[in-house]
Amino acid sequence: MTMPMVSAVQVGKSFGALQVLKGIDFDVELGEVVCLIGPSGSGKSTLLRCINHLEKIDSGALYVDGDLVGYCRRGDRLYELKEREISVRRSNIGMVFQRFNLFAHMTALQNVIEAPILVQKRPRKEVTSEAIALLDRVGLGDRLDAYPDQLSGGQQQRVAIARALAMKPKLMLFDEPTSALDPELVGEVLDVMRSLAADGMTMIVVTHEMRFAEEVADKVVFMDGGMVVEEGPPKLIFGAPCHERTRAFLSRII
Amino acid sequence: MEVMQARKLDGVVPETPLDHANPKREQRNVASDHKLTVVPVRKPGRWIAAAVMAAAAIWLAHGIATNPNFEWDVVFANLFEPVVLQGLGLTLWLTVAAMGIGIVLSVILAVMRISENPFLNIPAGLYLWFFRGTPILVQLIFWYNLAFLIPEIVIGIPFGPTFFRGSANDLITPYSAALLGLGLNEGAYMAEIVRAGIMSVDQGQQEAARALGMRPGQILRRIVLPQAVRVIVPPTGNETIGMLKMTSLVSVIALSDLLYSVQTISSRTFQTIPLLLVACAWYLAITSVMTAIQGRIEKRFARGNRTVTTSWSRRMFGGSATRNPK
Repeated sequence: MTMPMVSAVQVGKSFGALQVLKGIDFDVELGEVVCLIGPSGSGKSTLLRCINHLEKIDSGALYVDGDLVGYCRRGDRLYELKEREISVRRSNIGMVFQRFNLFAHMTALQNVIEAPILVQKRPRKEVTSEAIALLDRVGLGDRLDAYPDQLSGGQQQRVAIARALAMKPKLMLFDEPTSALDPELVGEVLDVMRSLAADGMTMIVVTHEMRFAEEVADKVVFMDGGMVVEEGPPKLIFGAPCHERTRAFLSRII
Repeated sequence: MEVMQARKLDGVVPETPLDHANPKREQRNVASDHKLTVVPVRKPGRWIAAAVMAAAAIWLAHGIATNPNFEWDVVFANLFEPVVLQGLGLTLWLTVAAMGIGIVLSVILAVMRISENPFLNIPAGLYLWFFRGTPILVQLIFWYNLAFLIPEIVIGIPFGPTFFRGSANDLITPYSAALLGLGLNEGAYMAEIVRAGIMSVDQGQQEAARALGMRPGQILRRIVLPQAVRVIVPPTGNETIGMLKMTSLVSVIALSDLLYSVQTISSRTFQTIPLLLVACAWYLAITSVMTAIQGRIEKRFARGNRTVTTSWSRRMFGGSATRNPK
């Protein structure tokens, strides 16, 4: 049996007295697209941020690609990783944020080539031609030299996706990628994500776009109050949810 | 408010009462509408202000031109005196060198202050507390007299080998005392400006950089500092202009800067006012050049940020800001 891409075992996380994650168990297989849905404050984003160690978990264990997040095991001891080692692991996981977070002082192209050159130490020429191809793929081949504030929200988010892909990640995390967009710009970002999914990228998507989840996800996980309420194929979750809470949430949102 | 809303809902208040009360509105001549002339709103305040300011300007100009005590001929005769130019040179050099020391020091101090390591942020806090808490004049005199406190300066490992040893009297010249005093003091002030700049950069920028696998040092160098510069430049321009004038304090430790050198002339000729005017003319001239340079630098770092910038003349003489066209 192969190890899943992401495996969470009783993951707990608190901010002070507030318990945000209360023992999360879930797996993501290689090539799977998993959508995390649930009301705001249910811990979806926090869980996502724990996966690439932007937040540190307080209890349980979280494995990404077979490695324990934030630790290194030698014998029966766990050694906390140094920032430098955490960075190396993070570079294998792409992340797309709700608020895009493009580097404001760099053009679209500079945004995409920065990390591969700086972190992976790859030659500039090779990285640049790859970056141009990536930006072309997300439909922005003609906006290479535009600064983020000259791009629409949808265009910025597509650059952000290209920037994450430039690192050749094994796993992509999307944290409400369309929530900050004007309604007419949502489609262009979802289209890019759809084509990524079709290419077999392993993706975890926190989203409120139920139609996208229904159409693209292999598995939908419904979270509420820091716990996984139920998970399963989209047909089951959207068609015949087992839990009252899931039913109540879906009736409110659709 | 609630009552009003309730009444509106009931339909007690008619929706467009004016139309019913004024049936003439319907009878306007549509054909002549495009021939109407627009009368701009009158601004009498502007004309009053212009008159008052013109009167003040004439009064001032008349006073300056006719008062013989200004001795304008003496001003022009001394403007390019070699002693004055030498003083000017020293003032400029001190300004540039002290700001250089200050800026380098301030970045180090600001990063220390932001650090989570208490052995870095507390010492930086203490440094700021001391250098901002004592007058610069006292600091200058203190550095100048350092030899009384430490007769011999030794650099080396305590109880270990010595790398350097020298008499404080030889090392602390008025010149190095001035550089130390002005530079160390400026570092403390600039540190807060740099810290504010770093904190002004959106947290999301650092987060995105971390998610891409960048290390803290790389994030600071490539992502945070370049964006912080935009916020740091304007107050740094202010500090540089302040430094230009603060260098006049070094005359207390017998350094012949611009002010000191005009005073050496006026103490001989007793032409105090015209020689002070010479100094003022130079200080103003350099400030104008610095303001222009600052504008250039700001424009350079406005990249990727549509910020409000102001033209050179507006920065000099005031006025409203214009939006940077892109």
